[in-house]
Amino acid sequence: MNSQLRRAISAALLGSLALSALAGCGEDTKSGSDSKTVTLVTHDSFAASKAVLKEFTKETGYKVRVQAGGDAGAAVNQAILSKGHPQGDVFFGVDNTLLSRALDNDLFAPYTAKGLDKVPAALRLDRAEHRVTPVDFGDICVNYDRKYFADKKLTPPRTLDDLTRPAYKNLLVTENAATSSPGLGFLLATAAKYGDDGWKGYWKKLRTNGVEVVDGWEQAYYDRFSGSAGGGKGDRPLVVSYASSPPAEVADAKSKPAKAPTGVATGTCFRQVEFAGLLNGAGNTKGGKALLDFLLSKRFQEDVPLNMYVNPAREDAELPELFTRYGVRIADSATLAPQKIAKNRESWVKTWSSLVL
Amino acid sequence: MAVPLAFFAVFFAYPVAAIVTRGLRVDGRWRFGRISEVVSDPATLDVLWFTCWQAVASTALTLAVALPGAYVFARFDFPGKGLLRAVVTVPFVLPTVVAGSAFLALLGRGGLLDELWGVRLDTSVWAILLAHVFFNYAVVVRTVGGLWAQLDPRQEEAARVLGASRLSAWRRVTLPALAPAVAAAALMVFLFTFTSFGVIQILGGPRYATLEVAIYRETAQLLDLPTAAVLTLVQFAAVAAVLALHAWTVRRRESALRLVDPGRTARRPTGPAQWALLWGVLAVVALLIVTPLAVLAERSLNGPDGYGFTYYEALRSSADSGGTFFVAPMEAVGNSLWYAAVATVFALVVGGLAAAALTRKAGRLVRGFDALLMLPLGTSAVTVGFGFLIALDEPPLDLRASWVLVPLAQALVGVPFVVRTMLPVLRAVDHRLREAAAVLGASPWKVWREVDLPLVGRAVAVAAGFAFAVSLGEFGATVFIARPDHPTLPVAIARFLGRAGQLTYGQAMALSTILMLVCAGSLLALERIRTDRSGEF
Repeated sequence: MNSQLRRAISAALLGSLALSALAGCGEDTKSGSDSKTVTLVTHDSFAASKAVLKEFTKETGYKVRVQAGGDAGAAVNQAILSKGHPQGDVFFGVDNTLLSRALDNDLFAPYTAKGLDKVPAALRLDRAEHRVTPVDFGDICVNYDRKYFADKKLTPPRTLDDLTRPAYKNLLVTENAATSSPGLGFLLATAAKYGDDGWKGYWKKLRTNGVEVVDGWEQAYYDRFSGSAGGGKGDRPLVVSYASSPPAEVADAKSKPAKAPTGVATGTCFRQVEFAGLLNGAGNTKGGKALLDFLLSKRFQEDVPLNMYVNPAREDAELPELFTRYGVRIADSATLAPQKIAKNRESWVKTWSSLVL
Repeated sequence: MAVPLAFFAVFFAYPVAAIVTRGLRVDGRWRFGRISEVVSDPATLDVLWFTCWQAVASTALTLAVALPGAYVFARFDFPGKGLLRAVVTVPFVLPTVVAGSAFLALLGRGGLLDELWGVRLDTSVWAILLAHVFFNYAVVVRTVGGLWAQLDPRQEEAARVLGASRLSAWRRVTLPALAPAVAAAALMVFLFTFTSFGVIQILGGPRYATLEVAIYRETAQLLDLPTAAVLTLVQFAAVAAVLALHAWTVRRRESALRLVDPGRTARRPTGPAQWALLWGVLAVVALLIVTPLAVLAERSLNGPDGYGFTYYEALRSSADSGGTFFVAPMEAVGNSLWYAAVATVFALVVGGLAAAALTRKAGRLVRGFDALLMLPLGTSAVTVGFGFLIALDEPPLDLRASWVLVPLAQALVGVPFVVRTMLPVLRAVDHRLREAAAVLGASPWKVWREVDLPLVGRAVAVAAGFAFAVSLGEFGATVFIARPDHPTLPVAIARFLGRAGQLTYGQAMALSTILMLVCAGSLLALERIRTDRSGEF
């Protein structure tokens, strides 16, 4: 009697089946079933020139398929959740603050990429086993608004200690260490400088000196910071951002100024190193290895700065003019051993939240 | 009912159960001790308390502000009404970061109101509440207004002829008829604000956290799956309690109504009171919704060399020259529209069948099913996203790398809207009409097509508009599963916002403006389709 209804339902079911089938077709291009494709699992800020990726295909015959998922933290956690049955062949984007979590979960298979000898030892954090390959590094630093300090005839701060001085009261905005990676980086910079207990005292001082905390980098930089050309409506001339933010500020300006509108407080930095690794259980191990070699090749390394605004890991990779002219080389960034970060991260963030928020 | 049930079992219940189980089962043994540990933690209780009261306050405020709007949109005719109805839905699709910062530009430190009257609302709870009104205004206007426009005004007039005062006629005739739609709208606003994520993060600063924020932190940042699993269960329990309360209060009040063509109920306002109401509503909409949107558009045009289309041109040129980071705006628009259209079809099929089944049958089981359909609104995107990842990873359902995941995840959020918008209207259909048709020999399918469908045509359009808008703006789940070479507009905007520089910021604003236009345009088109079709009925 209600055959029409039944027909409608079966049509709908058929429709969804057809869609799944379509989805299935798409999968054939995935790793494993097709050795001509190599899949790079990464976070959503990964970027590379199309030309460079094409070059890889020309050289090796492998096509790169990029699979992104969330921010860096979420991407690493996703990879851990699907370990043994990974979404792709190579993972890029685990940094030194999360490295131990990934290594302890046995995410990566050892492989020594070509060109690793050109990477400074300080960046090679898994020297014994080569489960991960350093690809780039960047520094999380306090940035300042040049115009503000020039107008006030005030010297911009240079060190972490400076930030607690009365002259800089109510000027700094930073990010929540629990939810934002520059926020965490800045907390780690203080932990590295003042030690396991000393950093708490430092943050108490910073709090007395009127530090403001917002949840993410976008709000800190665009809404609260006064120096960004984009937002620039905020009233805080100091912000926790990156050493590469000043070059980014002038990257697209038509007439290049003599100096970027923002500067970097060089004594406030924490070094972030990003790694790539061959995923355990990868379908296309050979292609994955070729991709790792390529990530360390000079061609890719020199493409990195203008795409992701970080520094290449290779010493011999040439930096673009934008970086040499407007960027700063930070000589003495703070670092912490990944194991130490893994061990303390959660309790530090908890303590920090109770101290500062 | 089989289709919606299967859909929910596979794409919601199974993935969420998988991720929760993963959290609570360690080495093959259940760790239920974790539940009492987390639940009794004072921090959890704080979060739960804040989550509840801000949701209650936001819902009450939204109803207070938007109900007059629903009336005006339903009963008055004025030029630009269709456009304005599309515009109030725009906040729905904007990424919270973008809308939040526009809101701050208006209400925050150094904002417009600060300059004019020294009114500052950043980091206060007021900013959160007002932003929730901004985002959810359309829910009330569209769900309640949708039904209101179809109520026959002659019933109220009849009551007045019989001697009832204007107020008591309204209270006895219109209010009971509207109650289910108001309750449905209130429920959705509550669920949305209860699970609020971006608004809390941006406007509340790091001091305020909802359960949703806590779940996100535990899952995506700390990978503390046990705690996340417990918090997810707490959120489920709270949402289930609200749904039960809703079912209990609404059930007894739904009655058959005379529904008429909305085109016949709206007229130009008469008398000073009606004009005052119309202008009042327009003023609220202008201040609360149009101004923040206008701020965005202004920013997208305010380039380095004064006003112009610099940022829009930059969008095009950087897409030509750039790498994987850049995507041509037209391409992102295309991706967004395509995903949203597929998601809308999924949501309409699943939600429509579910709503039809729910009107037809009664009983405990069906009521439970009703509640089940609402649960996705009460579940965090990261739980669903991670759940998809670990549950749908084996053939025949290895969809992890498939584009279908995006519209599927989006449809999950769209279905509750479809059900909630269609149900009050479907239930209001006089059952005697159906019986009469059946007596005359029509098959159930034919009854549905000839009796229900013409009357719910408008509700279908409203529901489709919602599902479409929700899908267009969906970010949380999409960012996990969208492929980087096919980003949607919100994902592309987030990429631009993630980098420093005037041009990238401007491009983000330009893309946001495009997203607004696409949304408003699509909604207008949807309404147009409906008006054209209504001639047939």
